[in-house]
Amino acid sequence: MSEAKMNVSTTAGSGQTTGRTLKINILRFNPQEPDSKPEMVTYKVPEAPNMTIFIALNYIRENLEPSLQFDFVCRAGICGSCGMVINGRPDLACRTLTSKFFLGEITLMPLPAFELIGDLSVNTGKFMRAVSERVGSWIHDEEEKQKDLDALEERMDPDTADEIYELDRCIECGCCISACGTMRMREQFLGARGFMSVARFHADPRDKRSDEDWYEVLGDDDGVFGCMSLMGCEDTCPKDLPHQTKIAYLRRRMVDT
Amino acid sequence: MKVVYTDSLVIGGGLAGLRVAIASKNRGLDTLVLSLIPAKRSHSAAAQGGMQGSLANSVKSKGDNEDVHFADTVKGSDWGCDQTVARMFAHCAPKAIRELAGWGVPWSRVRKGDREVVVNAERVTITEADEDHGLITSRDFGGTKKWRTCFTADGTGHTMLYAMDNKAISMGIPVHERKEAIALIHEGGRCYGAIVRDLITGDLIAYVANATTIATGGYGRLYSISTNAVISDGMGAAIALETGAAALGNMEAVQFHPTAIVPAGILTTEGCRGDGGLLLDVDEYRFMPDYEPEKKELASRDVVSRRMTEHIRKGKGVPSPYGPHLWLDIRLLGKAHIEKNLREVQEICEYFLGIDPVKDLIPVRPTQHYSMGGVKTNPTGESPTLKGLFSVGEAACWDMHGFNRLGGNSVAETVVAGMIVGEYVADHCLAHDVDIDIATVRHFLEREKGKIDELLARPDGEKPHELKAAMQQILMDKVGIFRSGEPLAEAVEELSTLLERSRNMGCRAKARSANPELEQAMRVPRMIKLALCVAKGARDRTESRGAHAREDYPDRNDRDWLSRTLATWANEDDLEPTLEYEPLDIMTMEMPPGSRGYGNAQAIEHPDTAKRNEEIDKIKASMPDADRHEIQKALMPFDLPEKYRGTNERTQIGTA
Ligand SMILES: Cc1cc2nc3c(=O)[nH]c(=O)nc-3n(C[C@H](O)[C@H](O)[C@H](O)COP(=O)(O)OP(=O)(O)OC[C@H]3O[C@@H](n4cnc5c(N)ncnc54)[C@H](O)[C@@H]3O)c2cc1C
Ligand code: SF4
Ligand code: SF4
Ligand code: FES
Repeated sequence: MSEAKMNVSTTAGSGQTTGRTLKINILRFNPQEPDSKPEMVTYKVPEAPNMTIFIALNYIRENLEPSLQFDFVCRAGICGSCGMVINGRPDLACRTLTSKFFLGEITLMPLPAFELIGDLSVNTGKFMRAVSERVGSWIHDEEEKQKDLDALEERMDPDTADEIYELDRCIECGCCISACGTMRMREQFLGARGFMSVARFHADPRDKRSDEDWYEVLGDDDGVFGCMSLMGCEDTCPKDLPHQTKIAYLRRRMVDT
Repeated sequence: MKVVYTDSLVIGGGLAGLRVAIASKNRGLDTLVLSLIPAKRSHSAAAQGGMQGSLANSVKSKGDNEDVHFADTVKGSDWGCDQTVARMFAHCAPKAIRELAGWGVPWSRVRKGDREVVVNAERVTITEADEDHGLITSRDFGGTKKWRTCFTADGTGHTMLYAMDNKAISMGIPVHERKEAIALIHEGGRCYGAIVRDLITGDLIAYVANATTIATGGYGRLYSISTNAVISDGMGAAIALETGAAALGNMEAVQFHPTAIVPAGILTTEGCRGDGGLLLDVDEYRFMPDYEPEKKELASRDVVSRRMTEHIRKGKGVPSPYGPHLWLDIRLLGKAHIEKNLREVQEICEYFLGIDPVKDLIPVRPTQHYSMGGVKTNPTGESPTLKGLFSVGEAACWDMHGFNRLGGNSVAETVVAGMIVGEYVADHCLAHDVDIDIATVRHFLEREKGKIDELLARPDGEKPHELKAAMQQILMDKVGIFRSGEPLAEAVEELSTLLERSRNMGCRAKARSANPELEQAMRVPRMIKLALCVAKGARDRTESRGAHAREDYPDRNDRDWLSRTLATWANEDDLEPTLEYEPLDIMTMEMPPGSRGYGNAQAIEHPDTAKRNEEIDKIKASMPDADRHEIQKALMPFDLPEKYRGTNERTQIGTA
């Protein structure tokens, strides 16, 4: 096929490198296999331009270690699958460029505070469903206003809709949970993801729960009174949710309740 | 043998699957969802742009209704869709949006008064009426006559999926995560559930069910560069194909989205152009008006992608180490608009390209994006050839998209089909018993176990990732945006060879529990089979329709090709699918084939077109006092579950 006849999109993966070799250290452990023990393993990866940790890990799996476990779905920073501890900090691996690390050494560990599945894969799904059930992360409305689907929808103030969306942007990546000191000391602590969920439904006029109802969910040391306000959550949240303001707000509401 | 029994088994926890599960549960059925991943991480979350539904609240969408939405969808499909299904869809889309509003989606709302927008590269002021304040608003998208795409800022799919999954959680619907359906259990033309592998422990489990619904999303990852999630590899369609009974429809219909970033292939939403963004070439010249004077950047996706490719071929692309690309310019929309309504785009630019679209141009190129093909179903969502098997969402060929789907019509399909098909799934469960012999179940389970044993026993076999990469490259190079006979024939041959080689595949990683290499080894031969359906379908379809563009047959040919391709895998040892064609009957169409109004293709007319047009004129003339609902009914009656038949109310005009 001549150059001009080629489909445009054939030219990906230029096979280029930056000339740098990355040293990637990964904490490996497969709890499913009886003889597996936690160990730090180092892999050498030729760096490519615009390489993300997603690309680097796939390189390792294809060329060096086919059994390596990790989770990616969207690889675009949208789905929240790929939270891991990257050089000491919880973050989304898919949108972390390797060029960010000047020394070319990257250490990866699974997110703490979650059940380990294997290597870099943790069970955030189970944790997040439990948070949803505990918070009741759905519209509570006895009347179910929108029951008649043929009728005009209920109106909502445009600013209110925008405000709810701001709090609905959480992608349940778990970074805030892993970065939270209280979470480590208190197994039943609701955690920042839970607080954001409460704030989201609290702001929603369609949800008819009262502050008294919310007190049941939040009003003790496993709730908002257990939070030490050190803001590990806000510092690590990849979606920049307003943890500080909202946790303070919820605490005030609960003190008044 | 581990066996789980349920009434309604839903494979897939995206928007489509969850909506079916909610319908089943609502009807009192025991319901269970399987998913590779936590449901909220399904690819539905990635839809940024929005969902089409003719609410007609905003000033730029006045005059919109089901008829206009239907017509846009049929034109978009290049007359390849099932018009009955497109009607069912257009009728229920407003209901689905309102339902989701009740379940918590914070849809962006109409704000009364003046608002500045960018239309055709110019700032214009539009004024929203006081009485529409607070209703759900909409934006412009490609291929639509009205502004019909409802959205939540820049995170429509995310908010829809979260609301849907939360609803499912509130109803106590279990989602079995990290489970992969690897085969369907079937006997005597009926489906009875699936064999499932636990991706953590490696256990095989038989899920026996009365109705089984495939809602596993698209097959974009058959291509080496795709906007799709890495799990969008078509496994649901593949296990249906492997029954030998169920057919896949229109697998060659693959959509390329005009604006994915280079090189990562991550999508920037059509909302960028809908909101007024432009496409520029190497000279920063706006070229689309030269090709498409009327719709410009907002012709349908297949057309824009081809125009971009043509322009690059003329040497007007921007050179880069990853091949030539074009620019997407959203600078003219302004910082405030970008930071509010296109923030996800801004984040993607920042993290993956290190640029800020408020002041920089975005490098883009057409990239594989959507799978129109999938499990062929009836309008009720059931496979016509394998009873008890249903399919919805991107995995299905319910067939409202034909050969090209419109932006915003896909998340819309997931929730609309989910609500409609969900009722038919429940009807099926209530009308049938599960009458399967446990020996049959065991047979399927043992068969799958045998395949796994073989893969693990062959550490020196062919490497799964190498075969997969070869397959992806073949589709990319030979079954892409522009297609022609010779490369397509090569593709079919090369893929058949790969399929043969895949029979000698093995795993270096030995664990029976979580083992990514084993997972891939199990998927690769199935992916190659799907790739063969795509390539062979494209080779044999000697016309151009929607996204299927043959350079050697540039015209749409209604005379010979107004038909749906049906692919089956007749014998396990075959190296190619069997193709058959199901004609689309013009004489029952509400809208016989015509011109799309964009794109330059000619059409070879079918003799029935003129006949049917005449008939339609006659019917219309015979009912001078009828309203639009009555006329529609006379032209093409369609059925829906009772509860969804009502007429949709609109602001200012009621149910007119
Ligand atoms: C980047 C991007 C942006 C988009 N933007 C828009 C937009 O703005 N508007 C629009 O209308 N459309 C858009 N689309 C298209 C739309 O998002 C999808 O078509 C739609 O969300 C698909 O939903 P689904 O429920 O069919 O499948 P998905 O959401 O893909 O869900 C598939 C589910 O199936 C499960 N699964 C898969 N295989 C198996 C298996 N073997 N066993 C068990 N479970 C399995 C997965 O775990 C997942 O839960 C976009 C698509 C992309 C890629
Ligand atoms: S501020 Fe509270 S929730 Fe956030 S990390 Fe600190 S203790 Fe945890
Ligand atoms: S609040 Fe932020 S850090 Fe926490 S789960 Fe949500 S997105 Fe992740
Ligand atoms: S893979 Fe989806 S956020 Fe990283």
